[in-house]
Amino acid sequence: MSSLDDAAVLTGERNRSPTAPRLWLGGLAASAAWLAAAALTALWPEGEEWVRTGEFASLLAVVAGALAFAVPLLRLFGAAGERLRAAAPWLVVLALGVIGWELVTAKLDLLPRPFFAPPQALLEVYLDEWPRLLECTVASLQLLLLGYGIGAFVGFVTGVSIGWSRAVGYWVHPVLRLIGPLPATAWLPIAFFAFPSSWSASVFLIALATGVPVTILTWSGVAGVNPAYYDIARTLGASSRFLVLKVAVPAAMPHVFVGLFMGLGASFAVLVVAEMMGVKAGLGWYLQWAQGWAAYANMYAALLVMALVCSSLVTLLFKARDRLLAWQKGLLKW
Amino acid sequence: MVALEQELPAGLDLEVHGVSHAFDLHGAPLPVLDAVGLRAKPGEFVALLGPSGCGKSTLLRLVAGLEPPREGRILADGRPITGPHPSRVVVFQDPTLYPWRTVWDNVALGLEAQGVLRQRRNRVDEALRLVGLDGFAKAYPHQLSGGMAQRAALARALVNDPRLLVLDEPLGKLDSLTRIQMQGEIVALWRRAGFTTLLVTHDVEEALLMATRVIVFSERPARIKAEIVVDRPYPRHRDDPVLVELRHKALELLGLAGSW
Ligand SMILES: Nc1ncnc2c1ncn2[C@@H]1O[C@H](COP(=O)(O)OP(=O)(O)OP(=O)(O)O)[C@@H](O)[C@H]1O
Ligand SMILES: [Mg+2]
Repeated sequence: MSSLDDAAVLTGERNRSPTAPRLWLGGLAASAAWLAAAALTALWPEGEEWVRTGEFASLLAVVAGALAFAVPLLRLFGAAGERLRAAAPWLVVLALGVIGWELVTAKLDLLPRPFFAPPQALLEVYLDEWPRLLECTVASLQLLLLGYGIGAFVGFVTGVSIGWSRAVGYWVHPVLRLIGPLPATAWLPIAFFAFPSSWSASVFLIALATGVPVTILTWSGVAGVNPAYYDIARTLGASSRFLVLKVAVPAAMPHVFVGLFMGLGASFAVLVVAEMMGVKAGLGWYLQWAQGWAAYANMYAALLVMALVCSSLVTLLFKARDRLLAWQKGLLKW
Repeated sequence: MVALEQELPAGLDLEVHGVSHAFDLHGAPLPVLDAVGLRAKPGEFVALLGPSGCGKSTLLRLVAGLEPPREGRILADGRPITGPHPSRVVVFQDPTLYPWRTVWDNVALGLEAQGVLRQRRNRVDEALRLVGLDGFAKAYPHQLSGGMAQRAALARALVNDPRLLVLDEPLGKLDSLTRIQMQGEIVALWRRAGFTTLLVTHDVEEALLMATRVIVFSERPARIKAEIVVDRPYPRHRDDPVLVELRHKALELLGLAGSW
């Protein structure tokens, strides 16, 4: 009898579900996980006293609270809500990761002491050192964007010229073949004494690292343009200028973007090396400095900022490509 | 619909004198055209019929001025053709729309290249309406069917008010209904605007329905095998006994005597 009742309740539940707001179980689980992380951080006594443990626990609790708050309101958030729903497994795993990190560092002291910092140590760095980190981020961005911008522009123009003009190709191609495969960092010692400052040397190196792949890919894009595109434009009265700017360049654009992505990756590498070797500013320099002082928490903090900056720049480039190449089908979504 | 500035006739006078052409294939010359001579008087509609691979598209490339012939001369209004000119517009066998441009921008290509787009924007809309693509102005080429792409290519040629319209199997990918409709549209447009037309087609019936004169080519290297004058009024009907008679003759010339 009671099992029959249960069944009725169950079917009743199921019949009701399409109209009634479904409970977001993933969100509840995530909220619970973050709450557990907060409790563990706050209540488990630590061997060594970390200054910002309280703040870190509060931060975790805030995340838990926000998630709990979002559970009943998810449907009101629209598309953002859907994305949040999809992220629930990640949110749970992140919280578990924080718990694990807490345990092996601050709580159980399983990892060798100075090299591995607990999350509250990173928070401490962000709270106390943020002006300096910000300054370093700005310095890095300035250097990177200037070098990348110059490299991308020069590479693009060079690539189009080689692809278009036989004469330019005759002179530039051998140079490109010899110098292109060389990693830009190999020029570092020469660049640092050939340029007036290590900063301008770094701009040059980043531009070089960016310019080579952009040149080669732009060139291959222009060289690979369907000759029928030119025939059509020519029969319709196009000038050479039109053929370059309105036919060759847009047709080569997908290749150019591959080059821009490759150049961006290469420019990150050169940026960090250049900052570690000579430039007295930027996140690379900060990393080096933190390591010198055995300030490992600072190192991790800077590394995280660096990862976020690089990832954002790549995202930005993807966004630009999606805008410019909207005509292409089957674009990779980042 | 065509407002011509000069006192030149709307149609271009095309003369092809003893044109031979060859390509290099694996180091050996491949003769493609063999002493081809023909004339299309202003306002004429000439169809070129011939087996696949005989050299019809090659002849059109030479007429367009995209390549110089190895031998012989091609004259437009009595002057040698030295390069492409927007008065001679080609609709290629392959539509080759620019994938990065919308249909509207593709059709506007010629006007933009000549720097007159701003004054003649409405011509683009007109051409799109004519080929029945006005609803797809903002679509990208990968969103079109093969036949729609061909119609867009036709519109791209028509906006330029050509004096010589060169058509390389422009209706090859269309279904038979759209095809018949487009044949009618092209003929009507040609009669209205008065340009000279050169049409390459595989379809004997299409050639006879549309052209005033049909030139039959041999196998490669293409020589002119025969010329059929189609002296029938428009609009023509495919069951017109004269046309049926001419169709038999043309098929016989192409070596397909028993087929129909
Ligand atoms: N660029 C080229 N290089 C070498 N050979 C070529 C080239 N273009 C065309 N040919 C050859 O010239 C011959 C004629 O080609 P064309 O395109 O003029 O034929 P067609 O009469 O238009 O044929 P279809 O009716 O099939 O379109 C073919 O045998 C082809 O292989
Ligand atoms: Mg052909």
